[in-house]
Amino acid sequence: MVDCIVTVKGVPDFREGKVHFKEDNTLNRGETPTVLNPSDRIALMAALEIKVKHGGKVTVVSMGPLGYKTVLQEALEVYGDDAYLFSDRQMGGADTLATAYTLGMGMKKIGLPDIVISGFKTADGETGQTGPQTAWLLDYPIITHVISIEVDTGNRKVLARRLAGEDIEEIESPLPCYIITDPNFEASYRSATHRLRFLKLQEETRARAATIDSVFKAWNATELGLDPKKIGLKGSPTIVNKVEAIPTAPRERTAKVISGKDDQALAEVAKQIAQAIRG
Amino acid sequence: MEKFEAVVVGAGIAGLAAAYELARNGVQVLVLERGKSPGQKNVTGGILYGQSDSPYNLDYLFPDFAKTAPVERRITKSFMHNIAGDQVKTVDTTPLHEYKTKWAYSLLRGAFDRWFGDQVHKAAEKNGGGVLCNVRVKGPLMENGRIVGVLCEELDEIRADLIIAADGATSDLTRAAGLRGWGRPDTWFQGVKVVVKMPTADIEKQFGVKGDEGTAHLFAGDVFGGTRGGGFLYTNKDTLSIGTVFHLDSVAAKKTEPHRHLDRLIKHPIVANMLGGKYEELEYSAKLIPDGKKMALRSPYRDNLLAIGDAAGQMKAAGPIIKGMNLGVTSGILAAQAYLKAKKDNRLNEAGSNYASALQASYVGRELFNSGGGFMKGIFSFGPTKAIAEWGAVNTGMGMNRAIAGMNDYALASIAPDDDFTYLTLPVRIAQKMGQKVSAQAATPKTRTTDERIAALTYDTDIGREHIQLTDSSVNASGRAVMTCPVSASDSSRGCYRIETVVDPSGKEVTKVVLDTQPCVECGTCALMAATTWHTPRGGKGVGYQYG
Repeated sequence: MVDCIVTVKGVPDFREGKVHFKEDNTLNRGETPTVLNPSDRIALMAALEIKVKHGGKVTVVSMGPLGYKTVLQEALEVYGDDAYLFSDRQMGGADTLATAYTLGMGMKKIGLPDIVISGFKTADGETGQTGPQTAWLLDYPIITHVISIEVDTGNRKVLARRLAGEDIEEIESPLPCYIITDPNFEASYRSATHRLRFLKLQEETRARAATIDSVFKAWNATELGLDPKKIGLKGSPTIVNKVEAIPTAPRERTAKVISGKDDQALAEVAKQIAQAIRG
Repeated sequence: MEKFEAVVVGAGIAGLAAAYELARNGVQVLVLERGKSPGQKNVTGGILYGQSDSPYNLDYLFPDFAKTAPVERRITKSFMHNIAGDQVKTVDTTPLHEYKTKWAYSLLRGAFDRWFGDQVHKAAEKNGGGVLCNVRVKGPLMENGRIVGVLCEELDEIRADLIIAADGATSDLTRAAGLRGWGRPDTWFQGVKVVVKMPTADIEKQFGVKGDEGTAHLFAGDVFGGTRGGGFLYTNKDTLSIGTVFHLDSVAAKKTEPHRHLDRLIKHPIVANMLGGKYEELEYSAKLIPDGKKMALRSPYRDNLLAIGDAAGQMKAAGPIIKGMNLGVTSGILAAQAYLKAKKDNRLNEAGSNYASALQASYVGRELFNSGGGFMKGIFSFGPTKAIAEWGAVNTGMGMNRAIAGMNDYALASIAPDDDFTYLTLPVRIAQKMGQKVSAQAATPKTRTTDERIAALTYDTDIGREHIQLTDSSVNASGRAVMTCPVSASDSSRGCYRIETVVDPSGKEVTKVVLDTQPCVECGTCALMAATTWHTPRGGKGVGYQYG
């Protein structure tokens, strides 16, 4: 049995057609739906692989407004036995350190697992700091950029393969430990029994996701016993000086639209291309 | 090493029937399917029959399948359209359709096999088994010269007491186990089909059916340019299945791309009028169909590997009526029961021989291995007899009526020789002598081009791991594939096979066959028509039919 906690975050849905910007090019949060951070899906797949192969429990945790319940629901569709949301007005404006403190304290209250798994960076902040800072606060050894995991339950250790640039490194770590999955992480199921268990677990977790309430808990700062000085904006040493919008590239030449479906239109296109080539 | 009591390879109708019978009798059964879901690789014409002379039909497994399974329509009427130009003589072949038929339903394999797969998975889960998709079985696992399990591409080897090869017409497993080879072009039929959208109200109006009723229409005559075979149109709930089936050697000999016959049939006034001026193609598909007379394995087992359905070459053609799926269901149930008996008798290694005997004693054996049929066929094909028959059929009114009556004679239909007389001469003469001119009352359907058909299919391509390799790209060795491949065409820019003339480094022009496996529909035609190494793509890769 190997127990895992997976950290997840709600991020703006940056997909074409979903994302909306204000006139000043900043994100229109009101119009843009919040979804599960894509990298966290991979972290959940890693936890599911461990569950399939070794049993145990997968707990999903997140910090954010109460509306993030839908994000946890999305996470549970991938996999989760239960889900916790750390939610309090005081937690607002947290930087990565304040977030790591909150997550770490939450995990201690839940009960520390054998493995904590986080995805590689969030789609909005992109700092990649929360995972390592949480590991540091928990005093767990950390393996980043993990593309495959093997757990040796007898010797209580993990053998992970990590992508270091173009090289693949094999890292051994004692349990408990902290894993950050790489976007290239791939679960491997070479046994029919494992694949059948995967299907069963998938079916069960989808049913749980649909009726999340029985496995969902929200805890505020008091319930978590958090030091008010270490959470939210107050607990965040990071100072964001300025955010600069990436300017739109200037148009280098004027484009001419030629419409029509007949040969004449085609001839016109050919003519224009020929002219452009001649200069 | 992993071990399951039984492994069934292929979640088609035969494999699922076997697995369900095993699972509900307490056997731990694992079904391995290379598609992303059951049915994704499967194509039928198609009508599923229940045989009145066998208890082992689909209703043996699911007594109320007609209510619970996604079948399309109960086929209550069948017609044979004999065509000579625009002259058509339609013969009511309902008696032939009803011969030894308990029931008949049109169906589409995408929806049907998915449903069937769900039932099997639920039943198998209870004994620690289930249906796993995205797994390709490469061949048998051998130990001391005996088959003891299966080798998979995506999984480690699996041992089993019973292995059922239900991996279809192109079966990798039966070939790897040495049960059969690819055969020859004349041992196969090739079928191509389109599924066409038609609202239920239009189907009821155009075909005069109501409720769950449906009709089957069969076509023969000169509309196929002398290629030996015929066409069909079956009504589904809100679609039509329209297709053609030809002897593969005839397709090759006539040098006509198979889809052109299909298009010609769809555009013929008799079919165009049925379509009523509307034509919306949903899906194009193709498959090889074993000619059961020549392909059916009389001893379809080796050790505890038992082959069923298409993998064992089981197909029965009674004139224009082609039965395949029901043979698969029956042989699947028989194979499962043969194992159960062997287990009960404590003689596990007798599963294969139990199965062979049960098959022989069933209608499958009677229909496919019946030597009497061969004898009668010999007489029928014998020159003078044929000439007399032809003269009688063609030149006297009585002969004509007898010929028409003959179309409903099951025994006669079963032994009709595979020659031009059956496929062309007789239907054409009937149409000429007794038919009426059919004029187009609706706009001619605009069929899709091969490029459009390929573009409308869904593929998960496996670039860099091509499942077919050309071993000889000379036109002499592989040129026939260009014409016979159902997803290649002379006017196609994106088909599988092309002939290209290139200038080699020495400045010499070289004409050779070029293969692109991306649009492949995995029918197996080119395994017979070109010099290739051919196997199915790995799990989850390749074409994925929606309707089938």
